[in-house]
Amino acid sequence: MRRGLTWFNATSVALGFAFLYLPILLLVVYSFNESKLVTVWTGFSFRWYGALLNDKAMLDAAWVTLRVAFLSATIATVLGTLGALALVRFGRFLGRTVFSGMIYAPLVMPDVITGLSLLLLFVSLDLDRGFWTLILAHVTLTMCFVAVVVQSRLVTFDRSLEEAALDLGATPTKTFFVITLPLIMPGVVAGWMLAFTLSLDDLVIASFTTGPGATTLPMKIFSQVKFGVTPEVNAISTILILVVATGVIVASLITKRREVERQKAERLALQG
Amino acid sequence: MAGMAIGPIRRSFAPWNDPSAKAFIEFRNVTRSFGDFTAVDNLSLKIYEREFFALLGPSGCGKTTLMRMLAGFDAPTSGEVLLDGQNLAGIPPYKRPTNMMFQSYALFPHMTVWDNIAFGLKQDGMPKADIAKRVEEMLHLVKLETFAKRKPHQLSGGQRQRVALARSLAKKPKVLLLDEPLGALDKKLREETQFELIDLQQRLGMTFLIVTHDQEEAMTVADRIAVMNHGKIVQVATPAEIYEQPNSRYVADFIGEINVLEGRVSASPSGGARLECVAAGATVETRQQVDAKPGDQAWFAIRPEKVRISRDAPADPSVNAVPGEVWDIGYLGDVSIYHVRLASGATMKATITNTTRLVERPISWEDKVWMTWSVDGGIVLTK
Repeated sequence: MRRGLTWFNATSVALGFAFLYLPILLLVVYSFNESKLVTVWTGFSFRWYGALLNDKAMLDAAWVTLRVAFLSATIATVLGTLGALALVRFGRFLGRTVFSGMIYAPLVMPDVITGLSLLLLFVSLDLDRGFWTLILAHVTLTMCFVAVVVQSRLVTFDRSLEEAALDLGATPTKTFFVITLPLIMPGVVAGWMLAFTLSLDDLVIASFTTGPGATTLPMKIFSQVKFGVTPEVNAISTILILVVATGVIVASLITKRREVERQKAERLALQG
Repeated sequence: MAGMAIGPIRRSFAPWNDPSAKAFIEFRNVTRSFGDFTAVDNLSLKIYEREFFALLGPSGCGKTTLMRMLAGFDAPTSGEVLLDGQNLAGIPPYKRPTNMMFQSYALFPHMTVWDNIAFGLKQDGMPKADIAKRVEEMLHLVKLETFAKRKPHQLSGGQRQRVALARSLAKKPKVLLLDEPLGALDKKLREETQFELIDLQQRLGMTFLIVTHDQEEAMTVADRIAVMNHGKIVQVATPAEIYEQPNSRYVADFIGEINVLEGRVSASPSGGARLECVAAGATVETRQQVDAKPGDQAWFAIRPEKVRISRDAPADPSVNAVPGEVWDIGYLGDVSIYHVRLASGATMKATITNTTRLVERPISWEDKVWMTWSVDGGIVLTK
């Protein structure tokens, strides 16, 4: 079989990338459009980024979204990590199958169902819907993702490290914080980032569970689109893309550098 | 076979023969079951202070479970484990005066060598200055002074093994538990480390308990060996006794190379044991007292190095001799192993030390030979 670039390969790659990135590219380009009409290009301008700075409602929504994402991701990470520990470590306890099934249910549950059932719960408990119910709902949504990520890290964890710590006199609690947690940290951080992202772009569950005064950015954008898209929406979306892309690039650079350092260390070890 | 570690000091060290000696570690009727599987089966064992004791057996024989019960990672289903007179039941691992060197070394990957060794001392709340002093002492002991700031992944296998050893010794435990400690090292380094371990154990005057499936390792380092099978101890004895006087075919076969001939006990004129090995076509006589009646089934076991091989027939070919044909020769440099096919189709092995540099050996493939042995060469086993 021929390797390298053939016409067929090149076309496939180009089509694939176009499929994935053309919509995003269009969105970014039109965020710099002078015109008020989204589909008509009249000239380059930062006009809509300026307008964004004066749009208090949009900025408020962004601030709510960030706070909800940060808090719900943090709570979900704690709960998800504990859940993963229980599943991996406690062996076959009574109700384990039910527990593991239930922890993963939100993964496959349609958002509409999750949102609706949470809404019914909050109403029956007579909870005022707003910022905190939104956080509770997002914790419910994202905890299972954290549990999955942390669990995969725990499964490959060498238990003898914990046994060594216990053997050397550390209590189980101390062992968890000094040995286990630092070593599963990459999984925990990945889980947190996943939870943060999921909360950031959730529209459906947020629509069901939030109340006045706690409108999230996706909700705000969606409601604006109903009145016709303004390039302002493009502008805020472009900023979001920039933030996410920066995060991904920095993370991959750090991973790459660590890998290089590890290889250097291994060469050093071989030399003795 | 590796040399046995019976030095001048060691020769007089045999508390197990002293009925008044107090056991330091004692397993009393210990059973450990996992569901239907019995890992340790009603086992009793005494280990004495300053002893280097080896638990030897194939994987799944219960040796690791036994050690883990001492460390506190496992508990007996029934029976008692005592250390220095204290019943260990209910004492968690972090409160036991034992330390363990793990098979995987279990070095904390996010800590430096220095922090790894200091870990146990910090848990005891030892003053900082004392910790520093002890860690330096340990680094010196394992000759890793210049590696204190490295992380485990920046070390070679042998260096990691020494850090693990230093870490488990730092707290000066009453008993050091070694779980297959040298399994990951190459042969040469392993042999070197075995002698370092013996030296260390004698200098520190500590009790060492090693778990291994490597019989040479057990023979080299241990004062006594317990050979285990299916959760039970088959024989406990010194390396020399285990090798020369195995109590069963299992032990004989597990330790080193051995030829086993099946036969029936017959009346002996000399007062020793006499065995008719019909299948092999040999009559065996030993000076050993055997607890068996004429007609009972028994086995004659003899090590290849105790079998003489010659092209000439012996003066008396009717006793302790068997004819055969050289089938294969394994040249190992120091010795050659001759595989000789008997008339029955069975194979017997004999080793010859290669005392000259001649490449042409006096005995070659397909030669008709006689194998003979002395009355003290082999042992008659009844189980």
